[in-house]
Amino acid sequence: MIDRSGEQPRVIRRLDGEIARIQAKPPAERTFQEQRILSLYEQLCEGQMERNVLVLPVDAVLNWARAWSLWPVTFGLACCAIEMMAAGGPKTDIDRFGAGAFRPSPRQSGLMIVAGTLTYKMAPRLRRVYDQMAEPRYVIAMGGCAIAGGPYARHGYHVVKGVDRVVPVDVYVPGCPPRPEALLDGIMRLQDKIRQDTIRRVWREGFWPWKRKTSAKS
Amino acid sequence: MEAKDICEILMRHLPDAVREFCIDTADPYLVIEPTCISDVAAFLKNHPDLQFDMLQLITGVDRCQSFEVVYHLTSLRFGHSVTLKAMILHDRPRIASIADIYPAADWHERETYDLLGIVFAGHPDLRRILLPDDWEGHPLRKDYVAPESYHGISNAPQ
Repeated sequence: MIDRSGEQPRVIRRLDGEIARIQAKPPAERTFQEQRILSLYEQLCEGQMERNVLVLPVDAVLNWARAWSLWPVTFGLACCAIEMMAAGGPKTDIDRFGAGAFRPSPRQSGLMIVAGTLTYKMAPRLRRVYDQMAEPRYVIAMGGCAIAGGPYARHGYHVVKGVDRVVPVDVYVPGCPPRPEALLDGIMRLQDKIRQDTIRRVWREGFWPWKRKTSAKS
Repeated sequence: MEAKDICEILMRHLPDAVREFCIDTADPYLVIEPTCISDVAAFLKNHPDLQFDMLQLITGVDRCQSFEVVYHLTSLRFGHSVTLKAMILHDRPRIASIADIYPAADWHERETYDLLGIVFAGHPDLRRILLPDDWEGHPLRKDYVAPESYHGISNAPQ
């Protein structure tokens, strides 16, 4: 540990004039803001501030928070949902990745794991749940049916041939059904994807999601 | 009670109802007149020696020239079963509902209507049960062609 208690932080030197003005006033005449500034100045002088404040790029903070709090919306459609539940169990505990808090409401969710066969009757409901989720939102297509229709790909009159025809998909997890470990891997791949994200994307692609051109496959 | 004895009792009381009796198969069945289905179901349910109190299944088969409506009845009291078949015209697929005799027939008849388009006359609420309400056609018919898209979602395989 380097002892920095003797050095004066650079910020303090720039504030010197302002601090001197406040200190010249009698304490009874100082405003609330001035009292706060003086209090923070005293903390800085004692070296308390450096211990309590962490300086990071905004991207790193947001991506860290998003990647480790992927709350999935409860959307189990078929047998893949059993494996999704198993992934939430004690053996492959996706709570370790902050993705175990299955929410009953799309408003509280950031991730939709489409686990199972999506039928045409269900497709409008899936789209509505996706639209109700707050940005940023992510989709994992779990299992062969969700990826491309699975065993119903050719002759199934009632099955959507891949959920990417309804919502944009971030990660595809193959399997029939995928083991819980595979879903865990999919969540980790999604975390990798989120870590590469930047808030500059918002400037590049536009703020409003409905005006943004999202590619179905990425 | 064997299928042969059940057939004999039925033929004694409703001689016009039975068109054919097939015993050579693994699962013997009676082919009955489609116009008599309500009478046959009520008779089989209420006869003291038969007492078919449970309807296991109603389903349909598309034979291209005709439709076959299949009823599986079981007596929990005596432990015997019978299979009834009714042949109806492909061009005019109508048969009387037995939902008033067996309440279990309600959803089975709706499913058969949904997937094969067989109309059960007298059914209390004959709507689609599995497919969306705005679906076109009846998918288990032999001449059914799957739609190219549904609400803008393409149905073409990848």
